[in-house]
Amino acid sequence: MSLKTYREAINEALLQEMQKDKNVVVIGEDVAGGAGTNGEQDAWGGVLGVTKGLLKHFGRERIIDTPITETAIMGMASGAALTGLRPVAELMFVDFMGVCFDQILNQTAKFRYMFGGKAVTPLTIRTMYGGGLRAASQHSQCLYPMFTHVPGIKVVLPSNPYDAKGLLIQSIRDNDPVIFMEHKNLYDTSGDVPDESYTIPFGEANFTREGKDITFIAMGQTVEICNKVADTLKKEGKTSTVLDLRTLSPLDEDSILEAAEETGKVVIVDESYPRCNIATDISALICQNSFDSLKAGIKMVTPPHTPVPFSPPLEDLYLPSEEKVINTAREIL
Amino acid sequence: MQLNREELLKAYQGMCMIREFDDAVHYEFAADAMPGFVHLYVGEEASAMGICMNLNQKDTIASTHRGHGHCIAKGCDVTDMMKELYGKKDGICGGKGGSMHIADLSKGMLGANGIVGGGPPIVLGAALTYKTKKTNNVSVGFFGDGASNQGSISESMNMASVLKLPAIFVCEDNGYAESTAREYAVGGKILDRGKAFGLDSHEVDGDNFFEVYETAKHVIENARNGKGPALLHIKTSKVYGHFEGDAISYRTKEENERIKNDEDPLKIFKMKVTEAGLLELDQLEKIENEAKAKIKNAIDESKKAEFPTSKDLLTDVYIKY
Ligand SMILES: Cc1ncc(C[n+]2csc(CCOP(=O)(O)OP(=O)(O)O)c2C)c(N)n1
Ligand SMILES: [Mg+2]
Repeated sequence: MSLKTYREAINEALLQEMQKDKNVVVIGEDVAGGAGTNGEQDAWGGVLGVTKGLLKHFGRERIIDTPITETAIMGMASGAALTGLRPVAELMFVDFMGVCFDQILNQTAKFRYMFGGKAVTPLTIRTMYGGGLRAASQHSQCLYPMFTHVPGIKVVLPSNPYDAKGLLIQSIRDNDPVIFMEHKNLYDTSGDVPDESYTIPFGEANFTREGKDITFIAMGQTVEICNKVADTLKKEGKTSTVLDLRTLSPLDEDSILEAAEETGKVVIVDESYPRCNIATDISALICQNSFDSLKAGIKMVTPPHTPVPFSPPLEDLYLPSEEKVINTAREIL
Repeated sequence: MQLNREELLKAYQGMCMIREFDDAVHYEFAADAMPGFVHLYVGEEASAMGICMNLNQKDTIASTHRGHGHCIAKGCDVTDMMKELYGKKDGICGGKGGSMHIADLSKGMLGANGIVGGGPPIVLGAALTYKTKKTNNVSVGFFGDGASNQGSISESMNMASVLKLPAIFVCEDNGYAESTAREYAVGGKILDRGKAFGLDSHEVDGDNFFEVYETAKHVIENARNGKGPALLHIKTSKVYGHFEGDAISYRTKEENERIKNDEDPLKIFKMKVTEAGLLELDQLEKIENEAKAKIKNAIDESKKAEFPTSKDLLTDVYIKY
């Protein structure tokens, strides 16, 4: 066990799985960098340095820099998964799914079911999502609800370094296509992470706080926001449950209902666009199954239904924040 | 040379303005004064100016993530652009877009783009409008050597060829896509891709304003006259890294020096026009100083300008939630 950043935890998971299984390959744009240049090889290791250092262990045969060609990257990775490799393909920013969605939506996600159970597609797609870097409308989206909408694909949103490592190893070993989504703001956060390899099963949400007055349901970067709000409320004598969903597909419905029923007051915090997102989906789930336990209307904290603005003060107003979550909680406490 | 004195001055003014703008952004960004991601165009100025000097206000362009030069060459106001980079309310897009999304439809600037390969398909549409309405306008889509590998580029060139659209595809090949060399990422030749789709395709020395200008003039005139689309493969180089903050470790020191000293389109322009006795050194220096002063003023004004407020968050969309 040692203190590691979210970035280091992901890097270590890749390193260990690649050492364990020679079928694991990393594919993407500048995942090493420096290809074909006279300068440094492994010059980038991904735009934010997450895959840096893997090249010296595995060489260019397994750390595969590609041209800028997301459709071909996703198609190649899907086809490789279908025929014996266990690829980890990088979609640099999730926003670029617009370029290659067919290969995910109509191809890889459907192989197993559409082929009558004969296909196995052990593909992991790693991608960055989320706002806060002033990266504007085409580099700041969440978009995970678009993946949860599609049957056949698993959707993973680690909220901390420990989960990032365990969930990524699980993703790589899993025999279905998985989209593993990394919030850009989390890369420099750190926490205790075991040095050895371990997995966290899919479909098991994590209670990060347990209380009796109010329940926060969160995912990815919003988990830490809710933890902090819970700690603030505790000082005021109110205890909170915080549920970190960890995987959006499969979804741990039992834990969601348990968390909702425990307090009867629910705030769901979701950074994605507000229509047809995870918050609305979970809200429907709770209403269908636990309506009688509710003591107040379910509350959601999401951005408004607009693209992500560039200007720093606008983006701050746009994103879910501790202040917004606590104010929302107070409406029903 | 077909350019008259006034046009030569305009070319140098434009290139200096682009240079000063992006050099200033380089320093502002390094001083932590600027938010977000910025991609600088220093070293590629002759491409934007050589192309855009053949366009009128009704012609359109679609740009890339490295768009400041294209915007300036197409006539966008540099102070409004600078305010946008600082996220200010009276920036060119109200602070909502930032560096990668500068647009000014009144100037025929259809937008920079954060999506590599996103612009050229839009250019097809503009070209279709001109063809349908018989306006004799053209639309120009800029993209990089890295972008040339996107399917959207091939699809656009093919469609332009099939429909004989007044669309010009301009591949600004600076040798790199992020940290990856063109030699590694581009299979075959970019020029041959244009030829394969039946486009009038030319390779151009992007350090030489006059070569860009002349070649662009030829293909743009043809497109205006219904002779169909073209591809220009412009060989150029950029001084700074992919984005600000890039350590550029994938380039050697010698290469960086060569780019700065031997491949500077402003230096080359200056040498050519003074040697030919077309413009005088003091005239050129005056232009450089004017550009410097203009950009300095743009930065001062931008820093003083107001940020947008909560009232601006829910404008420009059709909802109120
Ligand atoms: C669809 C998509 N893929 C990847 C990126 C990330 N990205 C931004 S610029 C860039 C390199 C572009 O290279 P090139 O087209 O040669 O233009 P240059 O930066 O050299 O001007 C990449 C990979 C992106 N913005 N959009
Ligand atoms: Mg390039």
